[in-house]
Amino acid sequence: MAGTKQPPLSARQSLWLIAAALAAFLPLAPYLPQWLGIMTALVFIWRSALLWRRSPLPPRWLLLLAVAAATLAIAIYYRTLLGRSPSIALLVLLFAMKTLETRAARDGFALVLLAYFLVMTQFLFSQSLVNAAAMLLEVTLITAALLIMNHQRQGGVRALRQAAVMLAQAAPLMLLLFVLFPRVNGPLWGLPSDAYSGLTGLSETMRPGSISQLGRSDAIAFRARFTGRPPAQRLLYWRGPVLTRFDGGSWSMDRVFPRNTLPYSAAGTAFDYTVTLEPHNKPWLFALELPGSIPPEGLLAADYQLLAKVPVRSRLRYDIRSYPGISAGLDESPAILRQALQLPPRSNPRARAMALSWRADIGIDDEALIQRMLAYYRRQLFSYTLSPPLLGEDSIDEFLFDSRRGFCEHFAASFVFMMRAAGIPARVVTGYQGGEMNPVDGSLIVRQFEAHAWGEVWQKERGWVRVDPTAAIVPSRIEANLASALPQGEPLPFLARPDFLWLHDLRYRWDALANTWNQWVLGYNPERQREFLANLGMRSPDWQKMTITMTALCGVLLAGFAIWALGSRRKIDPALAAWNRLSRKLERLGPRRVGGLGPRRVGGLGLARFPWEGPRAYAERIAEKLPMIAAEIRLIAAIYEELRYGGAASREGLKELNMRIRRL
Amino acid sequence: MLSLSKSADSKAPLAELIHQAGGIILGKERQIRLALACLLARGHLLIEDLPGVGKTTLAHLLARLLGMQFQRIQFTSDMLPADIIGVSVFDRASGGFVFHPGPIFAQLVLADEVNRATPKTQSALLEAMEERQVTTEGATRVLPAGFFVIATQNPSQQIGTFPLPESQLDRFLMRIMLGYPDRAAERELLRGSDRREMIASLKPCLTPEELPALQMKAARIHVSDALIEYVQALVAHTRTSPDYPVGLSPRAALALLAAARAWALLEGRSHALPEDIQAVLPSVAVHRLQAAGDAVGYRSAEAIAASLIEAVPLP
Repeated sequence: MAGTKQPPLSARQSLWLIAAALAAFLPLAPYLPQWLGIMTALVFIWRSALLWRRSPLPPRWLLLLAVAAATLAIAIYYRTLLGRSPSIALLVLLFAMKTLETRAARDGFALVLLAYFLVMTQFLFSQSLVNAAAMLLEVTLITAALLIMNHQRQGGVRALRQAAVMLAQAAPLMLLLFVLFPRVNGPLWGLPSDAYSGLTGLSETMRPGSISQLGRSDAIAFRARFTGRPPAQRLLYWRGPVLTRFDGGSWSMDRVFPRNTLPYSAAGTAFDYTVTLEPHNKPWLFALELPGSIPPEGLLAADYQLLAKVPVRSRLRYDIRSYPGISAGLDESPAILRQALQLPPRSNPRARAMALSWRADIGIDDEALIQRMLAYYRRQLFSYTLSPPLLGEDSIDEFLFDSRRGFCEHFAASFVFMMRAAGIPARVVTGYQGGEMNPVDGSLIVRQFEAHAWGEVWQKERGWVRVDPTAAIVPSRIEANLASALPQGEPLPFLARPDFLWLHDLRYRWDALANTWNQWVLGYNPERQREFLANLGMRSPDWQKMTITMTALCGVLLAGFAIWALGSRRKIDPALAAWNRLSRKLERLGPRRVGGLGPRRVGGLGLARFPWEGPRAYAERIAEKLPMIAAEIRLIAAIYEELRYGGAASREGLKELNMRIRRL
Repeated sequence: MLSLSKSADSKAPLAELIHQAGGIILGKERQIRLALACLLARGHLLIEDLPGVGKTTLAHLLARLLGMQFQRIQFTSDMLPADIIGVSVFDRASGGFVFHPGPIFAQLVLADEVNRATPKTQSALLEAMEERQVTTEGATRVLPAGFFVIATQNPSQQIGTFPLPESQLDRFLMRIMLGYPDRAAERELLRGSDRREMIASLKPCLTPEELPALQMKAARIHVSDALIEYVQALVAHTRTSPDYPVGLSPRAALALLAAARAWALLEGRSHALPEDIQAVLPSVAVHRLQAAGDAVGYRSAEAIAASLIEAVPLP
């Protein structure tokens, strides 16, 4: 902008801008590659050092060079500049560089706006309650910086307080927009496709050690809320991926043929519940065995696995009913049974040999064979541990005969292997077992460390039957929880520890809060919005109605603010009110009545009082322009002056002033 | 009925004084009034202008008309504090030290070209101005009642000057500038006789008792809440607006009120008006709003004050 040279920023303003920039950058730092985080931090340190030593900012060519080099580095690191992480990395970098060229107020304002934007990008990484609260603090700090940009000498604490007040004033408006702004289907924040890496959860394959890895995670897998009494702890088998295929090392899902009808007839006691599933980027849902209804978001596979139509990338809520007593698969198709007997040739010869010898011993009684296997686990003193030893190629052999230490996946895998080797159709089922009732809001929280694997065997008269070898060895894992099942001294995930009762209580409360946040803020989708507005009395809410209501209510709210702001002004002195009335009267005074100069624009005489004009000066100016009322104006001014400045405010004086102004 | 001019009695000698002074220093009635208001508000006056525009004459004139005991100190760069305050000399007759008071022990002191002296000497003067007493060699000596300093200062771009720092500019209630006389006034000046002789022929307009009484009266001029609000609004504006490098201090706000009271007294009113504030604002506020050594012409001080006045509506 040639010609309009802006005043340079003061050191104080620069300091606040750096603070605002840091507030926007620091929360993003954990999501950035380490080298970039360090580089950005260095840029901020450099900028602060320049401010400290009152040195001039670096020349433009140097900045351009640095930006070009860093952009290249980002492009090489990510192999692209598109997508969430590279874009934000680039944004953070340019933002940091911008602090190095903020000289004038205009740069400062640009920096503040960028900082606001950068704060919003945090939503692309996390939308938790804590994050939202932190963002609120960051926005307060940035707003304070903006205030100091506008009012140089405003005190820091005062600016922060004022920023907080401003944000609080904006809250009703925000609430209104949140509730009424028409929603689209999908998450509140559309995410680019690379946003889902790093989500924890079960996977479509299982190898020794894969579930015990999850055993160390506190992350929530899903929450469930039962309409009636929840089932007993030992019935809480949340069925997830069913793993039928075994290649000697890992178990994996078979090709599944999903359908939307139940392959069995539902009967017996039913449990109704709502599951709120955390995103895990995998196409399956969880349900207690066995689901008696299929939610609209899902399908049921031939192995009774509940599948989602699309990978679960945002928090998903579904209502479902389960019947724990169903016997399913009485007339199972031969193809599926064949699959459930599949074994890789020549793997794990020792286990195979033992299975065959047992079969020879027992004969055709499948049940006895199963019991023998479970008894084997117990008799041979197998131990249950979160840190099992690494196993080699014939993992089942090594586990059954050598190490004898394992987590649920070792037991499930070896059990299913043995069953198959003995000719009983069997498969591994993974999912979660148990859950923790939150007494605060009555929801059941299932965390990653509750991940579990168990077996299912097929018997002619009973269909598919669940057999959990872990339960045979450590019943407390199933009846109580993980902590009671693991031997003393085993490192537990923090939240699975039984000590620190007060902490548990605190955690329950916190989780209830987080759940409310998820349900009502993040889960506020079109259906919820319609439901909520219908409850509020809006008949058949559609987006037009919402928009109209939103606009109208925002208008009412702003008008209310305006009235409040006007009303809270100090009560005006009646003498001043009269004096202002005089000014308005003179302003309106038609020229015709004054001098007969012919019609002119109203107020063209410039008879209104200037806002800074004192009573005498105004009276003299009017007297000069309108000599015919000079004496009267002077008298009015004198009375006003006496009332307002003379310290002799009297009722009579005010009356006279009003009377004379009226008569004028 | 409302009594609009309670203080008509005190207006008479002051009006006479202003009239007499206007006969000597031509076309500068406003500056004479300001100087007088400064004196009535018990403040000290700084006159800043080029040599030869009548600074010294104005000081002489005021001393004469007010009937005050007058001393002039010509400041130079080799001056020492003792040259102002005085010095103790051993007296053989009495066998002890006897204090010989310096030129500062007078009612009206003209500190001529105060920015020619070194900061050390300047601060000796400024301390005396603030405390209205002098402490040397362990003894505190009170300066005469009605002690009033008129300091003159050359524009600080001139060679061999030590500009007064802001903190010391703040000690002066007012800073005024005389400026060149207009054509008509200058013609009359050139035609007329010697100003010094004219001053010498003048009779004092006030008795020594009248001045303190008038100062008391000025301090009692009524200031309404509305006016205080106006002063606060003005001061607040200088503190928040980016147009001013430094805002006005509470002392400056007090100075504004005191000067406005004195101005109202000169106008013959018993209460101060926003107009009084606006009249004294260029002299009271502008030198406190500027950085040191920032010599501005008379016009630009007026312009700065005008922009401040027009930015702040009357509450």
